Amino acid sequence: MAEAITFHYDVDGENFTSAGNASVQVKRKLRQLGFPPEIIKRVSIAMYEGEINMVIHANGGMADVTVSPEEVKIVLTDHGPGIADVSLAMREGYSTAPDNIRSLGFGAGMGLPNMKRYTDTMEIDTEVGRGTTITMTVKVA
Amino acid sequence: MKISRVKELLEAEVLCCEEDLETELCSACGCDMMSDVLAYVKNQAVLLTGLVNPQVIKTAEMMDMRCIVFVRSKHPTEDMLRLAEETGLVLLATKFTLFEACGRLYVNGLRGEVG
Repeated sequence: MAEAITFHYDVDGENFTSAGNASVQVKRKLRQLGFPPEIIKRVSIAMYEGEINMVIHANGGMADVTVSPEEVKIVLTDHGPGIADVSLAMREGYSTAPDNIRSLGFGAGMGLPNMKRYTDTMEIDTEVGRGTTITMTVKVA
Repeated sequence: MKISRVKELLEAEVLCCEEDLETELCSACGCDMMSDVLAYVKNQAVLLTGLVNPQVIKTAEMMDMRCIVFVRSKHPTEDMLRLAEETGLVLLATKFTLFEACGRLYVNGLRGEVG
């Protein structure tokens, strides 16, 4: 793989059951491309957390993944409510997820901190009422 | 510990990927919060849970797990079985509670990973 490859996914915000499908697809593609298991795991977990967040908080969005021999870049874009206080949202255990999401096993306030933990860089561009774009990279080399 | 031994200790029913029962498991975790599994679990190969929805299968796949045990006789849906089959995840169902199932595996030598 000499050139970068890009993948685009629309994340359905109406259906919690299908949340994570894009991450499952990316994981399988990275396996086929022969990336090291530890890199694949970090990309998959970070993207999965982000995808779940988009479904819970923003009624879905888009996921764009660019894969090159040097790095994997994940850009998650939504037009949801935005994040009013990013530093608070980054705090472990802080969550605004509703109770019905907790009953499904999510909403423990670990999503954003976990995305940062598993990636080399993470940038959050958000505006209340406009939406959020999160850009994450995982270095391969 | 092999998955076949987990099956025996938990008197479990095999729901999917029976051909992989001889896979070796290094450690385990018991949890209903998938957020916590994604945040705290390191290299556990088997997840014991009372939660039944497709995100359980996807979480286990993201974490490179090999087996899920559903406790309290809970059974996954057809969609979940299909997803697990695609991934090659062994699914077991036991009548025991999460506490009892974890305890049975622990006293027989299967551990969690600390730290």
